[in-house]
Amino acid sequence: MSHDTEPREATGTSNGAAAGPEWSRLSPRLLLVNLSMLAGPLALFALTVASTGANLQALISLGSLVITFLVVTGISTMRLLTTRFRVTGDRVELRSGLLFRSRRSVPVDRIRSVDLEAKPTHRLFGLTSLRIGTGEQSSPSSRKLSLDGITRHQARELRRLLLDSRGSGRATGQDEDVTIAEMDWAWLRYAPLTVWGVGSVFVGLGTAYRILHEMKVDPLELGVVKDIEDRFGSVPLWFGVLVAAVITAVAGAAISTATFVDAWANYRLEREQDGSFRIRRGLLISRSVTIEERRLRGVEVAEPMLLRWAGGASLSAIAGGLSNSSENRSRCSLTPPVPRDEALRVAADLLAEERSPTELTALVPHSRAALRRRINRGLLVLAPVVAIPLGLGLWLTPVLVHTAWITALVGIPVVIALANDAYRALGHGIRDRYLVVRAGTFARRTVALQRDGVIGWTITRSYFQRRNGLLTIGATTAGVGCHKVRDVSVGVGLTYAEEAVPNLLAPFIERSPRG
Amino acid sequence: MNHIDDVRLRPPRNRVEARAVGWWTLQSALFALPLPIVFGVLSLSIPPARLFFGWAFAISLVPGLAYMAVMPTWRYRVHRWETTDEAVYAASGWLWQQWRVVPLSRIQTVDTLRGPLQQLFGLSGITVTTASYSGTVKIKGIDHRTARDVVEHLTKSTQATPGDAT
Repeated sequence: MSHDTEPREATGTSNGAAAGPEWSRLSPRLLLVNLSMLAGPLALFALTVASTGANLQALISLGSLVITFLVVTGISTMRLLTTRFRVTGDRVELRSGLLFRSRRSVPVDRIRSVDLEAKPTHRLFGLTSLRIGTGEQSSPSSRKLSLDGITRHQARELRRLLLDSRGSGRATGQDEDVTIAEMDWAWLRYAPLTVWGVGSVFVGLGTAYRILHEMKVDPLELGVVKDIEDRFGSVPLWFGVLVAAVITAVAGAAISTATFVDAWANYRLEREQDGSFRIRRGLLISRSVTIEERRLRGVEVAEPMLLRWAGGASLSAIAGGLSNSSENRSRCSLTPPVPRDEALRVAADLLAEERSPTELTALVPHSRAALRRRINRGLLVLAPVVAIPLGLGLWLTPVLVHTAWITALVGIPVVIALANDAYRALGHGIRDRYLVVRAGTFARRTVALQRDGVIGWTITRSYFQRRNGLLTIGATTAGVGCHKVRDVSVGVGLTYAEEAVPNLLAPFIERSPRG
Repeated sequence: MNHIDDVRLRPPRNRVEARAVGWWTLQSALFALPLPIVFGVLSLSIPPARLFFGWAFAISLVPGLAYMAVMPTWRYRVHRWETTDEAVYAASGWLWQQWRVVPLSRIQTVDTLRGPLQQLFGLSGITVTTASYSGTVKIKGIDHRTARDVVEHLTKSTQATPGDAT
């Protein structure tokens, strides 16, 4: 089960560790980081024992928490003791593991990305983590190359060394790094418009309840809650609901804003001398992501509904050779939510075009069948929302029947409005070197993708699409991407694909005169 | 614009093996039958609960049998594949159908995979991966000799094309 990898690649260094430069270790300060991680659960443990006495249930859950943290600390201390790394002329070598020894050796020119990330505890001790991406599609995550805990200075030097010796040798004709975009605190006004802040309020409440429940404390019996109940127990229900909703919205907006500040403080996007883009950001966790210009396949402009109403948008990169999908999302963010024009300006700058290809010039709209599909889908969501109170109402009380028909009366126009909005969003087109695709109502996304970045087509048709003569055609790109043109009629879709990437689909298309 | 030619995707040239219907049927049986069998055994062995488990047996059996009856033949009508000197082209699915085209110049690896069931039917599957997570083409249920030839053809032409396939 060991990861003794790639004997073919390892042969170059098999004549012992004596050859080449010295092996380096992770920083010993990592030990302090590990110990500080233990402090939290230990303090919690002590506090609980001190305040509630030896409550068995609480002791067990906290005890297991402490043990888990101990194991984690043990593992990372082991990693500290066993990890060795070095950079020889043309490859990076990494050894680690005690029981499962692994040796990895990667040619420098295969390195696609070098990212830095420093968690708060790491930062406290001047440490940072360096992650090397090789863009392998099939490698399990256990084989990713990361140095978790080297000094900031070491990390900076190593990153420079790796990116330089990769020798892309692309003279950009610039002597220094050029800043493309920088944090502007006026953008903070868009922060509350990311909806998931509200979601996190519910998650937070749920978690708090669970923890209290585990510790055998009934939240409804707490003094604070009792107090609130006594004081406001007599207000009418609708008022209580309204106040709760307002509090949730305000708390949600506050959390969204805090998240925005944490994620985007110190934001700076620059074009480096060797022609790669570097994004630096983060307040507590500081990140640095590098995207090679030649791996940049396009950009995506995302406009979630609220942000769209406020005239904002955020930009992310479509680039090959990055890591897996969930990490990829946050890695690829190029800007925070910013004014639309600013997003488009950055896009144009990155792609070295005069104007962003995502700018709204007329995209080809889709056939009316796509609108029908959207309305049907919306009604399908609405149906159970109406049917459940209706059913219960007929069975139990007429109040619910009224709720049902009022829901339907309000719901149907909303569904139709949303469907129309979604339909208007649908569009596709070709702008010079780019194919441009737009879709979505809750989160409208406009993608501009280099036509020579398309490495295959995936066409899917559901049963209903086949009946309506529609198809969804997806352009796959290196990395995670599959960019779909949804619900386009068969002829239009196939012709578009053929036009975008000539000769790929042509041998498999049949044309017959319509008659 | 209204009198353009009628454009459509032609199906790939080769069908999968007819034996694949047997393979899919067996596969769906392994998926659909265990639950009704458990209910059946329970209803026979616990007389007081016979009525309940009898109904559970019937309710879990009927959709399972329908799935077993419909899915394999439907799949057999859809699943097709083709390789040319430029591209791999494959169709798959039944209710949701999928057609994938990958140019040979973008292929990274070509693997064959034979699960125990496929081996039982003398079948083989080919997985063609590209630099994209979502661009993988799978051709399942072809004869293992055919699979070998296809892999050879693909490997040869992949090696002939330069570049790093991104």
